[in-house]
Amino acid sequence: MQLEALRTPADATEGKETFVLNLGPQHPATHGVLRVKLTMDGEYITRAEPVCGYIHRMHEKMGENRTYAQFLPNPSRIDYLSAMHYTHAFVGVVERAAGIEVPPRAEYVRVITSELNRISSHLVWFGAFLLDLGGFTPLLYAFDDREKILDLLEGITGARLTYCYYRFGGLYNDVDEAFITGTREFVTYMRPRLDMYRQLVTGNVILRKRLEGIGPISAEMCRRYGATGPVVRGSGVAHDVRKVQPYSVYPELDFDVAVFPECDCMARYLVRMEEMAQSLRIIEQALQRLPEGPFVAAKVPRVIKLPPGDYYYAVEAARGRFAVRVVSDGKEIPYRVKLRTPSFANLTLFEEASQGMMLPDALALMGSLDLVIPDIDR
Amino acid sequence: MTIPEPYRLFFYLFSTMAFVGLNAAYLVWVERKGAARFQRRPGPTEVGPAGLLQPIADALKLLSKQVLVPPEADRTLFRLAPVMVMAPALMCLATLPYSERLGARDLNLGLVLVFAFGSINVMAVMLGGWASRNKYAIISAARIVSQNVAYEIPMLLTVITMLMITGTMNLREIVEQQAGGFWGGFWNWNICKLTANPLMPVTFVIFFICMLAETNRAPFDMAEAESELVAGAFTEYAGMGFGVFFMAEYANILVGCSLATILFFGGWQSPIGMLPSGHLWFLVKLYALIFTVVWVRWTFPRTQFYRLLNLSWKLLIPLALFILVLTSAMLKLF
Repeated sequence: MQLEALRTPADATEGKETFVLNLGPQHPATHGVLRVKLTMDGEYITRAEPVCGYIHRMHEKMGENRTYAQFLPNPSRIDYLSAMHYTHAFVGVVERAAGIEVPPRAEYVRVITSELNRISSHLVWFGAFLLDLGGFTPLLYAFDDREKILDLLEGITGARLTYCYYRFGGLYNDVDEAFITGTREFVTYMRPRLDMYRQLVTGNVILRKRLEGIGPISAEMCRRYGATGPVVRGSGVAHDVRKVQPYSVYPELDFDVAVFPECDCMARYLVRMEEMAQSLRIIEQALQRLPEGPFVAAKVPRVIKLPPGDYYYAVEAARGRFAVRVVSDGKEIPYRVKLRTPSFANLTLFEEASQGMMLPDALALMGSLDLVIPDIDR
Repeated sequence: MTIPEPYRLFFYLFSTMAFVGLNAAYLVWVERKGAARFQRRPGPTEVGPAGLLQPIADALKLLSKQVLVPPEADRTLFRLAPVMVMAPALMCLATLPYSERLGARDLNLGLVLVFAFGSINVMAVMLGGWASRNKYAIISAARIVSQNVAYEIPMLLTVITMLMITGTMNLREIVEQQAGGFWGGFWNWNICKLTANPLMPVTFVIFFICMLAETNRAPFDMAEAESELVAGAFTEYAGMGFGVFFMAEYANILVGCSLATILFFGGWQSPIGMLPSGHLWFLVKLYALIFTVVWVRWTFPRTQFYRLLNLSWKLLIPLALFILVLTSAMLKLF
């Protein structure tokens, strides 16, 4: 009985001369140490079995044997491309549990930096996705723009990638005038750049042919696998944690959820391109409304002990819903830290979605899922 | 001045090889610099002025590396493939005339020879991929064969069209037909001979697309598709084994662009009749075409493999056939 379950489905390979192709752990298209065991019939994929765990670092277990403050730098290492969102979720769950009131200035700065981080993450995806499709040049343009964001964030956080900027009850330090003017300049700089990408890349006939109708992922499939973020929004479902479970000051800001109903790679591509424009809108509004005041709550206990209970906080990270669940038994160290990472859920759908596809199309599909491998393995 | 026969042969051999070697080395530099300019970065700058010694440094590095042969591989074929890919490119260059007096061999069947040897290149890459016993390499080898079969046909159809217009397979004569004397100029080039075939520019575009596909250049670089097949047929090649494949790619581009210059752009003829013709014009046209090849590579994403075949079988071949029929009708009429 157990042996039966271990065997590959007979109907998938029966009567065909198949071979196993190991895509990864070292492969240019997986952008990390992900391994996909492909059963191939020529260039057609009959079965794609993702094998993860090559970069497993026990973040959840680490959370269980250190204090909340000691675990604070960890979330930013889970998904190194959207470190702000991940820290936000962890800080958020502790604040919710301990009942810490965050001053509005801190919340606005959190939104600004989170959205900047979202743009920089999407820019990396944009470059890497086109690299997967064989276009090398957009990568360097995207990194050129991303550099500006990294410089801005480096100015206030001191880090370029794994920011640990949010603290329980506020921020590590206040934003200065240079950051605010720099961010304003960046917004005016980035809008024409997005238009340029729209003209040069989105309108390219080869790109459209490669993405339109390729890699269909239905809304029903997203629901079954728990896919979130641009993947589910590319299937016509307006699921955005910022709207459906509002947190921070997002309800006060006016922005649209980018939704495209086509369910193909192009839809997911367009969702992310549109999200960058929306993030710019959010940043602009947040900068206008940025209130004066303290950047950290006055009364934050030195040693954080959460009251016994089960706490949950979700954010919309660049790749989808990232949620932290903390179970506390009243000690300094949490009883359990569960990290719900979007890439893992998005990857699980790859096996079903890639069935019967050709190798290049499957890689376009994989690129459109925007997988960050440390985020899968955590 | 004529050089006595045995020395003449060595001289031809030496200069052809030097031409190919220098071009292969420095086209890499042009490619890297060109790519860098498209991507708003400086490109190689460290080795020599403007990075001009970079190709030499790269070649030395590749030469100093061990040529690893995978234990599972077919040793003979694995070693033979790089030689087989480079030799035909050199052979093709022997037939190309660069100016009235500059050209290694004046063959009456020059055009046929170029295509005959051009096809060996495909077989060599296939053998290399197959011999290296690597799944990615085998997929790449299968791709390269079907791709080249698909693109050889429209390319040869355009060449037949050109043959009907020129009436000769001698490359020198083809160029001489495109001369216009003192009042002549670029309107005498084959690409402007709209009386023979009103779709002449389209013919050139078909030829150029096929040439890109034949030389495995982006957006048709299916064989080496980095993000799909790692390095395709060349995955297992290390050191100079890879280096020779790399050089052959540029040598083939050189042959393809030279042929396009000869067939469509009047070879060494100057674009304005009053200016003297000469091999410099040939080089100007050749490098302009090569620059276009580089340009295309760094601006377009890769197509899918099946779309590539669809493009050939469903669009290029019918179009090329139509042009062939049209040209024969036009030739009969006028």
